[in-house]
Amino acid sequence: MSPRPPGADLPEHPDFLWRNPEPARSYDVVIVGGGGHGLAAAHYLAANHGITNVAVLEKGWLAGGNMARNTTIIRSNYLWDESTAIYEHALKLWEGLEEDLGYPILFSQRGVLNLAHSLQDVRDSVRRVEANKLNGVDAEWIDADEVRRICPIVNTSAGIRYPVLGATYQPRAGIAKHDYVAWGFARRADEAGVDLIQDCEVVGFDTAGDRVTGVRTSRGTIGAGRVLLCAAGHTSVLTDMLGFRVPLQSHPLQALVSELLEPVHPTVVMSNAVHVYVSQAHKGELVMGAGVDSYNGYGQRGAFGVIERQMAAAVELFPVFARAHLLRSWAGIVDVSPDASAIVGRTPYENLYLNCGWGTGGFKATPGIGWCLADTVATGEPHPYVAPFALDRFVTGALVDEHGAAAVAH
Amino acid sequence: MQLIECPWCGPREEAEFSYGGQAGVAYPADPAALSDVEWAHYVFFRDNPKGRFAERWSHSAGCRRWFRAVRDTVTYTFEVTG
Repeated sequence: MSPRPPGADLPEHPDFLWRNPEPARSYDVVIVGGGGHGLAAAHYLAANHGITNVAVLEKGWLAGGNMARNTTIIRSNYLWDESTAIYEHALKLWEGLEEDLGYPILFSQRGVLNLAHSLQDVRDSVRRVEANKLNGVDAEWIDADEVRRICPIVNTSAGIRYPVLGATYQPRAGIAKHDYVAWGFARRADEAGVDLIQDCEVVGFDTAGDRVTGVRTSRGTIGAGRVLLCAAGHTSVLTDMLGFRVPLQSHPLQALVSELLEPVHPTVVMSNAVHVYVSQAHKGELVMGAGVDSYNGYGQRGAFGVIERQMAAAVELFPVFARAHLLRSWAGIVDVSPDASAIVGRTPYENLYLNCGWGTGGFKATPGIGWCLADTVATGEPHPYVAPFALDRFVTGALVDEHGAAAVAH
Repeated sequence: MQLIECPWCGPREEAEFSYGGQAGVAYPADPAALSDVEWAHYVFFRDNPKGRFAERWSHSAGCRRWFRAVRDTVTYTFEVTG
């Protein structure tokens, strides 16, 4: 009698959450990019506008780009009104998202501390707290003792290179399980009839005058009534095919996780001055991110020196991390705009809409931007929350300058 | 860590270098004649190719001199061009 092979008695593979359809000849709306933003836009097109003849084209596998690589921080404590409006809209949707999607996303409102390490940090932080309050966002300025009470493992002693002078605190901020978020959106979009088409790389566009009529892909040409680009770091590759420029530079952004640890870190801590942000995932890994690598890069890896600096900062702020082992590190490709704000809305093509420039901070916007993109594509008019983020602001000069203003590490 | 060949100092670790972005972006010859769109393109818009890219680099922690390179933004292969 032959021995049963290992694995023969494992449970059945769970049902897939979505179909894997062949592309149809054409769709009312084609969304390029099956990450969080593209999937959320597809969900809200169906749920809010009844538009279901929609395809989401993904060159790899669903949510395998930046959606799989971010550090899952969700917050809305930005400085400028325009940013606060879209991120707070997103946060309110996050608060009901599990119910809306009927799928667990492990959304945990554990709060975010943005540490201040210098007098200028303190002034900027207090100013941002006041701006947040005026915009109806929960925010407070707390001193170092209160930082220690909320997150006891932060080193608040005066003897470190960049002592903690206080922090801004947004209690409603938090984290979510990024994969589950994508899967929840994908499942609902699929149920509504949206085709999620993987292994489908866009290689060109068919245009007629100021309209895009079709999308050429590795799986054939797909006709399109309207097209929405949600391709993050690869947006420039697409706009080069279309013959117009966007002011983006694609950079590697690295992140890493430690081995699984007992719960030690109750909140999210971010520090601009020493440039690290840390939370502890539900499973127990410490999740850390830093700034982008300085040079343009489409390789999903970055320089070791960036990781080294980030670890030095983390260990000074959290001495308890010193003996934790690194489990793995990786990089995503983020599309950074000149004012560190997104670029959303109209393009030189009448039926082509743009969603890019989220840089290092797009995850937190996922439901909010999906909602606004769906509205923009459905009505043909930029939703009021995305109107300030139009491409033409670089000509008019009406920038939404979040560089250094909004705790801009994301 | 990647080694970058400084034309004057030889191969050094990438941490010694600063990135200067796209090469060959000339200051407008007649600035007063530029439209708002042209100014926007000069100030804010740079190429962002996936593949070979002509760039400026500075050996900022070494000889502090600038040089040009063609770098592949996917493989990060670095080719100093002077």
